[in-house]
Amino acid sequence: MHGFANPARFLRIAKWLTPLCLLVGIVLTAAALGWGLFAAPAERLQGETVRIIYLHVPTAWLGMAGWMGIAAASFAQIVWRHPLAAIAARACAMPGAIFTAVCLVTGSIWGRPAWGTWWVWDGRLTSMLVLLFLYLGWMALEQASRESGREQSAVPAIFGLLGAVNIPIIHYSVIWWQTQHQPPSITMGQSAIAGPFLVPLFAAMAGFSMIFAGVVLARMRAILADQQAEARLRRKAFAVDAF
Amino acid sequence: MREAFDPWTFVIAAYAVGVGATVAMVAWSWLSMRRAEKRRDESRRR
Repeated sequence: MHGFANPARFLRIAKWLTPLCLLVGIVLTAAALGWGLFAAPAERLQGETVRIIYLHVPTAWLGMAGWMGIAAASFAQIVWRHPLAAIAARACAMPGAIFTAVCLVTGSIWGRPAWGTWWVWDGRLTSMLVLLFLYLGWMALEQASRESGREQSAVPAIFGLLGAVNIPIIHYSVIWWQTQHQPPSITMGQSAIAGPFLVPLFAAMAGFSMIFAGVVLARMRAILADQQAEARLRRKAFAVDAF
Repeated sequence: MREAFDPWTFVIAAYAVGVGATVAMVAWSWLSMRRAEKRRDESRRR
């Protein structure tokens, strides 16, 4: 991992990896969602609305994975001072927040026919909403640090690490508290979901994960390019001033 | 009295939100990356 902290080496790898991740992700996701919509069976109790699972579960997983990415990058920034760590955390925030919002909206749409309500303040839904607010707070804090000239500030990194406490709360919320949301359907080595639903679900999770990776790489490249252009312009301005 | 739901309305709404947000995010990230890299290359040439 330390080898990839070199921006030049990272850019060499990201140049071909970004379009590859996006292309494979888009094809896999389109196939999985098409499969989920038209080929997968309807569920006995929930009927056709079960098809929302192929969007809701991958976006929930990536909403949480995005914050774990911020926490891991924050750790690398604080402990090893990796030059790319703060950039990686910044790149994870926007797609993580979008997937969290999509998870909440699709869950709400699913909740109306399944539970008879758009929203309930139960442990899982509330902790997921808290995750969205954490993303928004993190982005505001990171932008404020950057605008005050502290690109590698430790404050967003500490917030990123502290916010990771919410991830096990989200995961265990359906076990710790009596909730409207069902308990975990997929655990280590076993699944309460039948095979015909599980295969397109895993395909959608893999596809969305590849899209997430591609978006994070694209955003890292954009941030690096902006920093390099700005540094070059600053150097030129200094050189002009010196004359 | 039980309300009558058309399940496909909910499914289509969820897919529109999910797919729309994902496509917009991918397009925006890709275009901003291309724009930023073009700006960097131009600053090198100047």
